[in-house]
Amino acid sequence: MIRFTHTSKRYPSGFDALQNVSFHMPAGQMAFLTGHSGAGKSSLLKLIALLERSSRGQVLINGQNLAKISRRRIPYFRRNIGIIFQDHQLLFDRTVYDNVALPLIIAGYPRREIGKRVRAALDKVGLLGKERKYPITLSGGEQQRVGIARAVVNKPPLLLADEPTGNLDPELSRDIMHIFEEFSQVGVTVLVATHDLALIHTLPYRVLTLKGGQLVNDTDPSE
Amino acid sequence: MASGAPSRDIGLRRGPLTALRVYLLRHLQVLFYSLGVLSRSPFATLMTTAVIGIALALPSGLHVVLKNAQQLSGGWDGAAQISLFLKRTVQDDEASRLARQIQKLPEVANVSYISRREALQEFQRLSGFGDALEALKDNPLPSVLVIHPTPAASTPAATEKLLHRLKDYPPVDIAQLDMQWVKRLYVIMELVRRGVVVLAALLALAVLLVVGNTIRLAIQNRRDEIVVMKLIGGTDAFIRRPFLYTGFWYGLFGGVIAWLLVSLSLTILSDPVERLTGLYQSQFELSGLDAATTGILIGTSILLGLTGSWLAVGRHLRDIEPT
Repeated sequence: MIRFTHTSKRYPSGFDALQNVSFHMPAGQMAFLTGHSGAGKSSLLKLIALLERSSRGQVLINGQNLAKISRRRIPYFRRNIGIIFQDHQLLFDRTVYDNVALPLIIAGYPRREIGKRVRAALDKVGLLGKERKYPITLSGGEQQRVGIARAVVNKPPLLLADEPTGNLDPELSRDIMHIFEEFSQVGVTVLVATHDLALIHTLPYRVLTLKGGQLVNDTDPSE
Repeated sequence: MASGAPSRDIGLRRGPLTALRVYLLRHLQVLFYSLGVLSRSPFATLMTTAVIGIALALPSGLHVVLKNAQQLSGGWDGAAQISLFLKRTVQDDEASRLARQIQKLPEVANVSYISRREALQEFQRLSGFGDALEALKDNPLPSVLVIHPTPAASTPAATEKLLHRLKDYPPVDIAQLDMQWVKRLYVIMELVRRGVVVLAALLALAVLLVVGNTIRLAIQNRRDEIVVMKLIGGTDAFIRRPFLYTGFWYGLFGGVIAWLLVSLSLTILSDPVERLTGLYQSQFELSGLDAATTGILIGTSILLGLTGSWLAVGRHLRDIEPT
C-alpha cells in the first residue's frame, strides 16, 4: 500500500527533512511512525498525502507513483486517504454532522446516503447522538473522534494520523488507538505518527523510527 | 483500491442521470448556502450591494435621461425645413411646376409655395415696415418654396443630401437649411452618449474591484475552512463555488438596488418634468426603465459580480495550500 524507495525531501531552505528512506507497508497493516520532534514524521506523512512532493526517490501509494499525479488530480487522490490531525482541523462554525459529512459532500454523494454513512461513522467512534452539537462544545477527546469519523466516513483504504493523541491523557489515548485497531482489523492500512512511546510499546504493531530524517529502526513484533 | 488507479470520484460512479441530479442539487444548495452566509451579516452585505447599486445607478440614470432627450429632440426633427429662394426671373407657373416636381420626391413630405407677392404681404404684415415698402418701386423679395422632409429623411445627413439635390434645380437661387441647431444638438447628444459609455465602463470596473475585494476578504476570513477542504479532497471547483455564488448574489442585489434608485429618482422627477413640459404645451412624457433595459441592467450587474469574484478566487485560492 505504501512504498518508499530511496526517498529524500529537502526543503528550499536547504534543510533535509528525509534522507534516503525506504520501507514498504502492505495493505491492511497497522504501524507506528515515531521519533523526536523534527525527525521527519510529519514530512513523511505529508509526502504520502501529497502535501509535499519528494525531492529524490519514489513514493508509491497503492501502486501509484505520486510524482505522476498532477496538481489537478490531487483532490481525487486525497479522497482515498483519511487524514487525522493533532489539531483536529474541524470547522467550528458547523455541527458535528456537517463536519463529518464534508468529505461525502465533496465527493458528491446523494443526501440519503450521506445521512446513513455519517451516522455509521459517528457510531464507530462512539459519538452517535452528538450530531447536532458544535465541535467547540465537545471535549478534546471527542473532537479528535469527530476528526476520525470524518477521516473514515468515505471508507478510505488508507488512514494517516499525525500525533492523534498529542493532547490527550493516557486513557483517552488508548481509546483512540483502539479505534484505529478496529479499522485495521477490517483491512484499512493505518499509519500513526506519534512520540508516545509508552503507549505504542504496549501494542503489538510495527514501529518505524526516524532520526534526523533517516529510518534508523524498523521492528515488527509479529515477524 | 484493488486495482492500481485510485477510484476517481465515487459520487459520480452511479448512473449519469443521478449524477447530474446530485450535481444540480449541490449547486442549488451552494446557491442558498451562500445566500445564508450573506444574510448572517446583513449590514456588511447591504454596504457592498449599495456601493454596487449606486455605481450602476449612475450610468443607468444617465442613459434614461439621454433616452428621454432623444425622444424629445425626435419631435423637433419635424422642424427641419428647407427654404428654396428662387431666382427673381422665375414666374409663378414655373415655380408651381417645380413645386409639383419636388413634391414627387420620396424624401419630401410637403411643399408650400410662397409667391413674391405673398412674401411681400407677409413681410409687410409681420415686419412693421409696411409703409417703407410702399416707397419701393419694385418688390425686392424672391418667391420661396418651403419644403418639409418626411420624418425618415429628417436626420441631419439625409436633409443635407436632399438640400444638395434641390440646389441643383435651375430656378433655384439659394437653398437654405435651417437646422444648424438641430445638428449641434445631435452632436452634443452623441458627446453625452459617449460620455455615458465611458462612465459606465469606469463604474463597471469599480464594481469589479468592489466585488473582487469583498470576495478576497471572504476568502481570507475562511482560510481555515479552505485548508480543510483541500486536505480532504475538495477540488478547486468545489471550493470556488460558494464564492462565485456570493458574487452572483452581490451582483443581483446590486442590480436591484440600482433599479430601485433609478426608479425612485424618476418618480421624484416626474412631477416637475410634467409641469415644465406643460408650460411648453408639450405632450412629452418621462419614460422610465423598460423591461429590456432593466434586464440588461440586472444581467450586467450579475455578470460583473460573477466576474469580480472569479478574478478574486482565481487570484487568491491558489495561494492557500495546506502545510
